[in-house]
Amino acid sequence: MTHPTMSLEEIQREMASAVMTPLTADDEMRKESRNGRPMDHVAASFIAPNSRLTSFERLEIYNRQYWYRVLNALGEDFPALRTVIGSRAFDAMSVAYIDAHPNRSFTLRNLGSRLPEFLVANPHFAGRRADLAVDVARIEWAFVEAFDSAEREPLTLEQIATLEGDSHLALQPHLQLVEVEYPVDDLVLKLHKGEERQTTEAGIKHDEDENAPAKLPVLRRKPTWLAAHRVDYSVFYLRLKRGEFHTLRAIRAGQPLAEAIEAGVTTARVPAARRPQLVRQWFTTWAELGWICAPDLDKLVRTA
Amino acid sequence: MSSNRFNAFSNHGIGIGLRIPHYEHIFSRKPVVDWFEIISENFMIDGGRPLHTLDRILEQYRVVQHGVSMYFGSVTEPDPEHLKRLKTLVRRTGTPWLSDHLCWGSVDGTYTHDLLPLPYTWEAVARTAERVRKVQDHLEIPVAVENVSSYAAFTASEMTEWEFLNEVVERANCGILLDVNNIYVSSVNHEFDPMEYVNAVPAERVAQIHIAGHSRYEKYILDTHDHPVIDPVWSLYARAIERCGPTPTLLEWDDHIPSFDEVHAEAKKAERYLNRSGAPCLDSETWETSHSGHGI
Repeated sequence: MTHPTMSLEEIQREMASAVMTPLTADDEMRKESRNGRPMDHVAASFIAPNSRLTSFERLEIYNRQYWYRVLNALGEDFPALRTVIGSRAFDAMSVAYIDAHPNRSFTLRNLGSRLPEFLVANPHFAGRRADLAVDVARIEWAFVEAFDSAEREPLTLEQIATLEGDSHLALQPHLQLVEVEYPVDDLVLKLHKGEERQTTEAGIKHDEDENAPAKLPVLRRKPTWLAAHRVDYSVFYLRLKRGEFHTLRAIRAGQPLAEAIEAGVTTARVPAARRPQLVRQWFTTWAELGWICAPDLDKLVRTA
Repeated sequence: MSSNRFNAFSNHGIGIGLRIPHYEHIFSRKPVVDWFEIISENFMIDGGRPLHTLDRILEQYRVVQHGVSMYFGSVTEPDPEHLKRLKTLVRRTGTPWLSDHLCWGSVDGTYTHDLLPLPYTWEAVARTAERVRKVQDHLEIPVAVENVSSYAAFTASEMTEWEFLNEVVERANCGILLDVNNIYVSSVNHEFDPMEYVNAVPAERVAQIHIAGHSRYEKYILDTHDHPVIDPVWSLYARAIERCGPTPTLLEWDDHIPSFDEVHAEAKKAERYLNRSGAPCLDSETWETSHSGHGI
């Protein structure tokens, strides 16, 4: 069979499309391409066979390698989610997610950035634990962000005390704010303890590949506000009160200090007379944790 | 050790890859290692433990950066954010040279995270060399391109892999990270004589050599970096050293990683060949005169 010469760009588009097409249930390359062409014709159009392998078989090596690599990377970042929904469901969800959102970053570290929102839009992958699974995914992604995001010099309480109501602040970049429907932070921590988590640099060995979802303690819905943050290079989860969560979120959104405080105290459900003391407590704690920083001047300039 | 303008006239000897399972050993025992190779992408982040660990390593060891996602052969332009972060890391590590692969792996900003082989065409030569030049100019340090293991050959190819490599490095005026294990793997998969490849490489451009193990399957070999180096690969290494002179050498071991001592001992087997080698193969040109704009 002879083929017209393909340009480098045509070869790369054709090969990338084939390589990123999901495998069959038996981990083989599909017989048809996404647009319905026989895959052996697609492969033969740009890959030469050798004495041992057909063009199809040679392309299939790369097809498998792609999926093994990205599925492994996603599994490393969401070990608790895998346990909660079971390996089989996790793998099916992962294939669908990566097929819908192939990585747009040079680093696999960012592969799972859209997984929580994907689960919200596709709850069937998590079955009856859909809401719980979304919460677990949000907390696990917050871990990834908190683990290696930047750390800036924080403001002291004395510096914060000098600010006016129209001042702008910023939060410590590694501080992640997560609002969940279930108090699953303890569960995630417990499930992570069973993993030899080594950051996103290296893999986690899943020695036991349980297909069924794990037996979990009974969890009742309880709105929970969490901070994932870093202390001495380790990530911790801290539960927040509703009011302080909303003030922190408003600060991150760039609202002036007075508006950010108002966003929190109005949801704090405390008498007006106690609010100044409450706000003082919040900022004292946040300053001790190093969460409050001066605004990023570059961002302010860009916004302006 | 041999030095040339493509490894910034360094005297690096035998190194090993910096891997997480060895951190505790390295920090507690402080073993004598000539240098560590890091995967750049693992440290192109904003903060946290990985960068803290890297800084601790840099206090005691020399580090050379090796990348896995620059994709010199991709037709689409490199991500500016990638280049920016890479340059930031280059400044942090002080790496004397930097390597990445002679391959492609992304299309329109979507990444396969694999080292996909290129068709050996004149079009690919021109595009790849141009991109290597751009990256090298941006980073302001010597760049070496590494030959990859491959499992597929293209109907469009117009030359051998080594002819392709030679054309690219000549046009880009860059160095070579010669992976002799990859040459062996590809020679089995594509049925060519690996020694012909080693003999054809411009010795004066070899900045660094990789050695590694691989996995043999019924119909092909996979570059898995999970075994000791086999004798035929040592033979290719011996010939490369014979041609290039003593050259910075790095053992890759990325999966089923044994103890630090075991990995280091495997790497140090290279001494057998380095110590019996003759004078280094120095290029007569100087980096400054032939590649103006690259302060080293």
